[in-house]
Amino acid sequence: MQVELGDLGFEEGGHLLVKRALRAAAPGEAVAVMGCAPDLALHLEVWCRAEGHRFGCGPDGVLLVSRGAAEAARWEGAEPAGHADPRRPGAVAERAPLRWGLAARGATVEAGSPEFDFRLTGKIEVWADTAAALYAQAAAAQWNPATAIPWDAAFDLPAEVEDAVVQIMTYLVENETAALMVPSRFLAQLHPHFRKVMQLLAIQAADEARHVEVFTRRALLRRDRLGRSTAGGQASLKSLVEEPEFAIASFLLSVLGEGSFLVLLWFLERHAPDPVTEAVARLAAQDEARYVAFGLAHLRRHLEQDPGFRPRLALAARQRHETLRHTAGLNREVVDALLLVAAGGWDPGQLRLGHHRVVGLLADMDAARRNHLQRLGFADEEAAELSGLHTRNFM
Amino acid sequence: MNGTNTLILGAVAYDPKVVTIWDGFQRHFALHHLPFDYVLFANYERQVEAHFRGHLHVAWNSPLAWIQSQRIAAALGRTVEAIAMRDSDRDLTSVILVRADSGIHEVADLQGKRIAVGAHDSPQATLIPLGRLAHLGIEPNTACEVLPFDLVPGKHGDHIGGERVAVRALLRGDAEAACILDANHLLFSQEGTLPSGATRILDRTPPYDHCNFTVLDGAPQALVAEFRRLLFAMSYADPLVRPLLDLEGLKQWLPGRTSGYAQLEAAVTRFRTIDAFVEKLVAQCR
Ligand SMILES: [Fe+2]
Repeated sequence: MQVELGDLGFEEGGHLLVKRALRAAAPGEAVAVMGCAPDLALHLEVWCRAEGHRFGCGPDGVLLVSRGAAEAARWEGAEPAGHADPRRPGAVAERAPLRWGLAARGATVEAGSPEFDFRLTGKIEVWADTAAALYAQAAAAQWNPATAIPWDAAFDLPAEVEDAVVQIMTYLVENETAALMVPSRFLAQLHPHFRKVMQLLAIQAADEARHVEVFTRRALLRRDRLGRSTAGGQASLKSLVEEPEFAIASFLLSVLGEGSFLVLLWFLERHAPDPVTEAVARLAAQDEARYVAFGLAHLRRHLEQDPGFRPRLALAARQRHETLRHTAGLNREVVDALLLVAAGGWDPGQLRLGHHRVVGLLADMDAARRNHLQRLGFADEEAAELSGLHTRNFM
Repeated sequence: MNGTNTLILGAVAYDPKVVTIWDGFQRHFALHHLPFDYVLFANYERQVEAHFRGHLHVAWNSPLAWIQSQRIAAALGRTVEAIAMRDSDRDLTSVILVRADSGIHEVADLQGKRIAVGAHDSPQATLIPLGRLAHLGIEPNTACEVLPFDLVPGKHGDHIGGERVAVRALLRGDAEAACILDANHLLFSQEGTLPSGATRILDRTPPYDHCNFTVLDGAPQALVAEFRRLLFAMSYADPLVRPLLDLEGLKQWLPGRTSGYAQLEAAVTRFRTIDAFVEKLVAQCR
């Protein structure tokens, strides 16, 4: 076997030709390296010494290389980190080994790679087959806050209605911040073997960051300060942010919390007093729907494999209710602001209409939660009970 | 001497990674039940001295430290043995470079020229190539001028810095020739320190050997034998061992051989660079 380098220097890429020839050579077969670069013989000999290959000069001065054992030895104990195509059986590991580290799914991992401290390594906890499709939708649906919202639209609201909008936006920013922090925390604990889930959590965090931005910007459109943040509202969100278990956090946040939140955003869109509020509520709701769908999908899969996990979810909902029992829950300011915005004016008839609309909103939220719980296999009665226990802060 | 149930190795800290290397070996040996500890020195002379004073059992010696040890041992009537070396320690060469457009075409043309070299105690970048030039009739400091780059003295050229500066001096025109290790020629070519086509190899030394593990008579035989056995058993296919071999720059440990030190031996005999150190230590150890 022979390889021709011409006048290409060994250091100029010639070593790739030699490596390729060595790979193709039979074990023990010498490869004759031909070339006229002035330092070729020196470089080849030095390289062979460092790589553990055998170097020699044949009769008439031909440079000969035969493969040493080191390269093959390095990859002897290597293993594939699953397979790139998730539809293949076994492509996504049921439990991703820590030694696979950051290796791309489907890559070949050298034995002895360092173990990473990933906490979320079980497919059952995190996986949903729809993650790939949801990520693709999210990537395609990214909108630019600067152009997607008619920030310059002309509108003029009564002062108290504008104040009510500011209060609602203040509340939304707080909730979106929780919705950003929860996936971000788990993202940093997730084994990257579950690549699509990792990407989905990342784009969710980015979406939530944008929601924080547009709600803040709407609040400051006509005012120079934000509204009030209540102790009860924060206590409710704190119990979400601090939940250490992914599946339970996902259940409380995505299925119960964002499920309710989604109904609230569509309510705001429908009764928005101005085009900017309407646009920010609609765009956020469209994004949010994906994360509710993901939460439902991976929890359904989880429960199919481990139905015994369902009582733990119920217990988590009850415990959260107990934790929050002594807090005020939803702040009065937000409920009043929602009523005023839904009323659209101070006329008693308008206020009564606003009240009916808010009552309808609460009923719609309850229906959405019960529907989600039923899709997770909870019986109607327990679904109704757990939905009733859900925080009065909505999220 | 430290308790003879623990094998003590001496090594020179020419780079911070030396700590990582010997900590790793210590873990590896502990795993195989060989009590092992190491002492680091700032220079090889201090290590050779400590070896003869009995502070360590095995010295990871440069070729120059090996010759120092050999001469001191001979004068004291003691015996010294090279027990192991890296596969990459065998058959090294040094090259003498000139600028490609230079009028120097054979070694004789170096007459009266300035030659950049590495550290004054570097076998590969100073002693062996200058020994060869002297052998070919170009006596350093009389027939030619020597421009040394003694960046890290006492390390016997283990630190690569001096050779890199020597090459830069050549490229700048501060010297007409430069002496470096063959492996550094490839490295400098790959990293661009030696631009392609800028220099030409005027001469190349015959092959010589580099570091070895040196043992003096009286070392604890069982421990040394076990140390040697464990070295030869280290396999590049073992994922726990491979990072250590990669750090230390080898694929396989080989038995020590002493036939590859003749050029260095001749050079230090000619230049008398280690005589004073050897005499001083012999006097102290008598
Ligand atoms: Fe959001």
